[in-house]
Order: sequence, then structure tokens, then C-alpha cells
Amino acid sequence: MKFLHLVLVNLRRKKTRTALTIGSFTVALFLFGILATIKSALGSGVDVAGADRLVVRNRVSLIQPLPIAYRDQILRLPHVEEATFATWFGGYYQDMKNFFPNFAIDVPNWRRVYPEYKFSDEEWRAFAEDREGCVISPPLAKRFGWKIGDRIPLEATIWAGTWELNVRAIYETDRRELTSPELWFHYEYLDERRSFWKGFVGWYTVKIDDPGNAVEAAEAIDDRFANSPFETKTETEKAFAAGFANQIGNIRLLILSIGSVVFFTLLLVTGNAMASAVRERTGELAVLKTIGMNDLTVLSLVMAEAIAVAAVGGGAGLVLAKLFTLRGDPTGGMLANFYLSPRNLALGFALALAAGAAAGILPALGAMRLRIVDALRRV
Amino acid sequence: MVRVDGKGTESLVEIRSLDKKYRRGGEEIDVLRGLNLDVDQGEFIAFMGPSGSGKTTLLNLIGGLDVPTAGTIRVAGDEIGALSGRKLAAWRARHIGFIFQMYNLIPVLTAFQNVQLPLLLTGLSKSDRREHVEAALELVGLTDRMHHYPRQLSGGQEQRVAIARAIVADPTILLCDEPTGDLDRASGDEILAIISRLSREFRKTIFLVTHDPVAAERAGTLLHLDKGTLLECAADGRVACKPEDRKR
Repeated sequence: MKFLHLVLVNLRRKKTRTALTIGSFTVALFLFGILATIKSALGSGVDVAGADRLVVRNRVSLIQPLPIAYRDQILRLPHVEEATFATWFGGYYQDMKNFFPNFAIDVPNWRRVYPEYKFSDEEWRAFAEDREGCVISPPLAKRFGWKIGDRIPLEATIWAGTWELNVRAIYETDRRELTSPELWFHYEYLDERRSFWKGFVGWYTVKIDDPGNAVEAAEAIDDRFANSPFETKTETEKAFAAGFANQIGNIRLLILSIGSVVFFTLLLVTGNAMASAVRERTGELAVLKTIGMNDLTVLSLVMAEAIAVAAVGGGAGLVLAKLFTLRGDPTGGMLANFYLSPRNLALGFALALAAGAAAGILPALGAMRLRIVDALRRV
Repeated sequence: MVRVDGKGTESLVEIRSLDKKYRRGGEEIDVLRGLNLDVDQGEFIAFMGPSGSGKTTLLNLIGGLDVPTAGTIRVAGDEIGALSGRKLAAWRARHIGFIFQMYNLIPVLTAFQNVQLPLLLTGLSKSDRREHVEAALELVGLTDRMHHYPRQLSGGQEQRVAIARAIVADPTILLCDEPTGDLDRASGDEILAIISRLSREFRKTIFLVTHDPVAAERAGTLLHLDKGTLLECAADGRVACKPEDRKR
């Protein structure tokens, strides 16, 4: 701490250079914050997936349906405790830009498989008793100002027409990842009105007795329907959610690639700035050694400068990213959980410090190894 | 007492058979050859000699900034060659104060902060450090300029700050490498007066490298270096005798 002042005044010597280097960190960490937010928003389904749940879908593709009759057969298989199903509806409200996820669900069994969604019994009963009833999430209610009792027209994209629904319940949850803008309504209502795929569902969600039996249960389900016209592919809910997220490409690889390029560039920029700073101060470093400063302290001083730049710039970038994400999902529903988590903030800050340290280490080692007599001769 | 015959005992500085060679472009250059020197505490010695005679090299070796090719240097009982890294740095902080021709102050620090630098390596409290720094600046007559930056000071004032920095930790030895070389006569005289006072009143052991006979006159002993060999001289700068037959 005694040398903190020296570190700070050294950073202030070339204000433009320091500001630009800090700015590089700010831009890089802002970008990191946004990319991390996009990644976690796309993968939020993966994070909330239950360890004791399997998803059964058509082996050919997720958009191919499965017969509704499969539910009873699945329930008879070993380790299966409960099963429910849902079908993607794909409707929108008034305009395509108002799109949000909406599903037709198996109302009688849904809550037993998804206990994490909380309802008052009164609301759930009202929903269950109204074939045109629907459940909405709090963000959806907030987005369109909907409340219980409202009648909502949904324009179908797969099946024709306008489908009117009554808001009967708004679920609650204390898990932020579960609060995406979404709507559920009765499967019976869908099956009654649609013109094709009657008696078919989109996928099943199966609750098993123990996560340790997931492989055995999944194999039993797929074996049961092997060589049938609608073969199944069963996987854990986590794998299913990850596969769903990856439909738009390998986001993880994309983000990692962009992040790597940005951080590598950052290393070069900062490393160059630090190398220049050390080169300009060769004589002063020699004087510090002459008065008795040891090599390790000299190394620490240079490292401290690089890390201070990283901390200030990186911190500013992350704060800006956080402020940006606080404005909410910029895509209008595609990235429901557009939220920069404390974990990602901490990770970003740690990465910034690591980049600062990596950029500073070579100039710092050069300063540490500086021979006093050689350096003084250059003054 | 100062001796150049290598026969001194229990001196503050004992240099024995000191060789220093440099390699430059494949050629080996003998800078110092078989040099012996004994210096007691409180002596003020001036080194003179032509450029390249090894004056600064000798100063650097005594200060532990450079390592000899052969021979030993013992200061206050410590053999410098046996010290390395952290120990050598700590030894330098404890025993050596350097004054350079170009002052070598840190431009972004005030006079006070420059002088305080060696004390940051000690365990002194902030208030103790302040006390030491103010005392050192008072000794060089710069208390009224302590919050000025080097660019706001004249050359003579900068060198006085450098002297304050060199003495603030109360080192055993002061090594002065042409401290007046970049100053006008008046400023140079002020600096020499301070250095003389440090020798006279504070019994500091001082090694002064200079080309200036006037500066050298301030020293109690004048040693002439030529082609890597020490010759003891009279105070007026004349070579008094050859090292092999000189006794003092």
C-alpha cells in the first residue's frame, strides 16, 4: 500500500495512453458482459432443467409429433413416476413482433411434473375449469398489461385463425430463470380446433424416481417405441434444453471465439502500452533499485499498474453492461432472461484482472531483470 | 585512514585484488586491475582520472550495483559478492546513498515524495517518515520547496533533493558520481559544501567521482585512477607516488 501513490502517479503520466488502455478494457468487458448475458439467456432452460425429468420427443425431429396414446404406455415403464405433455403453438399477439413462447399443455398432470411453478389453488382451479383459459408468466403480464379476466386473441402460425383465451392465472416463482414471458393453455382446446395432427403432442416430460436411473429409464422408453411409426428420442431435460438452445448454432463456441479474439487483442494493446511505459522509465526503475528496492517489488509495481488499468477499465465495462441489461430484453422476447448475473460479473472481473496480469507480466519481468548499471548508462 | 596497498585492517571498506573486465564487441577490456583499497569510517575520498579509467565502475562496485570479475569488496563486514537479489537490495538500502550527475529524481513525485522513497522500504511509520524527510530537506536547505516537482526546481535544487534522498535513510556510505558535473560553478559549490558538511559534521564516508579539481579539493584524500590502477595523490591533484611504494 505504501507504493500505491507511486502506481497511481505513474498511470497519470501519460493520460491519453492510460485512458485509451482503460477504454480497451471497458469495451472488451462490456462486450463480455453482453455476450455472457446472451449466452445465459439462451441457455436458461438448461439451468432450470430438473435432474429427475426426461424429455421424450420424436426421433426424427423436435417438430415431428408423438401420439397422445404414448403417455399411458410410458407410465407403465420402470422408474417412471409421472408424465405430462405439451405442444408448441407458436401464436402471436396482434403483430408478429409481439411473439412470445406459447404452448398447449396437459392441464391435469402438469403441476405434478413442474412443481416449481406456484399458483393459488383458486387461480389454478379457474384455469383448469375453463377450456379457453390460459396461464401467463409475470413478465408477459407486465409486457402487455394483462391481468386475470382479460381475453386475449392469439394469431396462430401453424394452425389457422385467431384463438381467443381467457387469462385465468399468473404463476409465481422465486427463480428468476423461470420468469420468461410465456403462455400456456389447454391441450384439449388446441386439439379440438386444429385441423391436423389431432391426437398428437409435441413432446412428453417424464418424472422419474431417481436421477441415477435416468439412463435406464430413457433406454426403456426408446426401446418401447422402437420400430414404430413414431420412434422416440429420450434425454434428460438438461440435454434437451441444451439441444434446443443450440438449434440456432453453437452459441458457446461463437461467444468463446469472439471473446478470445477480443481478449487476445486486449493483451496485445495493454502489453504494448505497459512495455512502452516500462521502456520510458528504465532510468527511474534503475534508481528505485539503486535505493534498495528489490526485484520482486519492482515487478510488483509494474504488475500493479497493469492490474489497476484492468480493474478500472474492466469494472467500468461491466457496470455499463449491467446498466444495459437492466433495460431488459432488447429482442422483445427471444432472450427472455436477459440478465447479467453476479456470477458472470465476477467472472468478467476475474478475466479482466487475469488479462491485465498477463499483459503486464512480460514488461514487469523486463523491469525486474533490469541491470542497474546498464539502465543508468542509458539515462 | 586510506590505504591503497591492501595492508589495511578492520577498515569500513576493504577492497582486495579487484578486477573488472567488460566484453565489448568480442573484445575484453580491463577496466580495473588488481585494485586494493582500505577506507575507514568518515573518510572523504575523491577519485579523479581520465574518461574510461574506471571511476564510475569502481563506485558501482562499491555500491553493489555491479559485480567484480575477480577480487573482493567488503563493506562494514559484509562481503558484497556473497550477497545477491533481495539481500543485496536490502544491504544497499541500509548502507549506500547514491548521488548521480543527472539527479535522477522521479519527475511525477514532489521533492518530499522523492526523498521519502528510500524510507518506504523501511518499517518506519508515516509520521516518522515525515520527520526524517523534513530533517533531510532542512539539511539541504529545501524545506520551503518540499512540495515542488522536479520541473519546478533549478538544477542545483534538484541535486539538493537528490542529496536529501541519498541521506534520508542515514546510510553508511555516500557515493557521488560527478554530482556537480551538470551544474554551474555557484550551484556546484553549494552542492560540494553540503557534501563536505556531511563528511565533517555527520562523519559520513564519502566517495566522490569528479573531473573537477576544485571539487576534488574538498576531499581529504584524492586518488587518481589510470588504466584501472589506483594512485594516491596529493590534495592538489598531482600524483604523489606509485601504489607499490606508497605508505600512509
